[in-house]
Amino acid sequence: MSDSQAAAVRELARTPLYDLHRALGARLAAFAGYAMPVQYPSGIVSEHLFTRTRAGLFDVSHMGQAILSGPIAARRLETLVPGDIAALAPGRMRYTQLLDAHGHILDDLMVTRLDDEAGRERLFLVVNAATKRADFAHLAAKLPDCALTILDGRALLALQGPKAAEVLRRHVSPAKAKSVSAMPFMSAKSDERDGVVLNISRSGYTGEDGFEISIPATAAPGFAQELLAEADVRPIGLGARDSLRLEAGLCLYGHDIDSTTGPVEAGLSWSIPQRRRKAGGFLGYEQVKRAIEHGPSRLRVGFLLEGKAPARQDSEIVTLEGQTVGRITSGGFAPSLGQPVAMGYVDGAHAAPGTQVCLIVRGKPLAAKIVPMPFVPHHYFRGVQ
Amino acid sequence: MTTRYTKSHEYVRVEGGTGVVGITDYAQSQLGDLVFVELPPNGRSLSKGAAAATVESVKAASEVNAPVSGTVVDVNSALADSPGLVNEDPSGKGWFLKIKLADAAELDSLMDEDAYLEFLKSVS
Repeated sequence: MSDSQAAAVRELARTPLYDLHRALGARLAAFAGYAMPVQYPSGIVSEHLFTRTRAGLFDVSHMGQAILSGPIAARRLETLVPGDIAALAPGRMRYTQLLDAHGHILDDLMVTRLDDEAGRERLFLVVNAATKRADFAHLAAKLPDCALTILDGRALLALQGPKAAEVLRRHVSPAKAKSVSAMPFMSAKSDERDGVVLNISRSGYTGEDGFEISIPATAAPGFAQELLAEADVRPIGLGARDSLRLEAGLCLYGHDIDSTTGPVEAGLSWSIPQRRRKAGGFLGYEQVKRAIEHGPSRLRVGFLLEGKAPARQDSEIVTLEGQTVGRITSGGFAPSLGQPVAMGYVDGAHAAPGTQVCLIVRGKPLAAKIVPMPFVPHHYFRGVQ
Repeated sequence: MTTRYTKSHEYVRVEGGTGVVGITDYAQSQLGDLVFVELPPNGRSLSKGAAAATVESVKAASEVNAPVSGTVVDVNSALADSPGLVNEDPSGKGWFLKIKLADAAELDSLMDEDAYLEFLKSVS
């Protein structure tokens, strides 16, 4: 890195694993105000493929963690999100979005229902790093009857990949080993190990089976080193995190979704259950309802490129007749497929799978085809059948 | 045979009036795994400092500039299927193109190996 980059990185916030990243030889870069590892010496492609075949450890401590609590915290949060929060049982989690009054996405987030405490419902929220301050201010302003406790003393680690469960069971308390590996996707559990409370969820951002573990900052480096001592675990940077989530067809806030896009056109209607579609009662409901009833005017779709050259964010999407019908929001090389993929928004009339289009890169048209996502099948653990 | 380097981490290895152009080991390590290299057609005339090729890593696209002015007389077609050659062997099998120099005097404005290694110390 250049002197100016080095100086810029010094100004940044650090996660509790900063020293460990340095010791592991990470290349650090600014992300959402934090010095984050983009890659380690083995490189993005090897980190990506390792996560798909073994298990990758990601530091996602830059993300925002908070607990929203109140006598009816679940119903109250439902006024700001289109997801089903009220029906969440303790120990279950959901993906949803914070919407504004226009039905646009302020952020996407994970909501976990914790056990009630003293007659108060408690929801554990994980939000994006770049938006966390604004999200928390929004929640505090809109839900003054709830208490919002920001957990800035906790780190967040993600252990992702087919070996994640087998590895993690060796690093929880012996009493929880069996139940942790049996947890189904989108469930959560806490564990206490040597006086340290771990909040473990079976979730992630790679399309693989895996876990996210919220842990006190002081205990995080030791826990991470323990996991990294396993032959099946390697540290993975944000570069591979991005290529993994792209292959999994998952949205990246600020790129594929933002405060100009709604959940229906983003292809996130699956996260809006019937009860919420019918009864509404959340910010932006009218716009969301209209998009569901009439179909969105544009839709987020996936593209498989024919050649080897990737198309990236902002590439124009053009029909074979030369008409511009949209723009790419994320794109890159998919290491698991050995070819480039992309996602972006196209006019509803041109969004059918199989549609041939061109993506304009450096003035040249690249042949691409609209395909269903995910590009690489998800491997979530749905529980023992 | 003389090899000269640019501040943007290209090299040109000159034999007779022709130079082999590529990127340095430092450049490939900074870019990370390359997944695509776009090369100019034979016969294209390039001026010193102009974009000659584009490299795509998993994360981003970057331009490779012509270290000297001249005409492209050959390109490394092996990079079409194996862009990773640039990562594995940047000064050998991972070369980009051959250029017929328009003005050999331009080489004097570039760094020799010692000067480039010294320059690297200042940037890394």
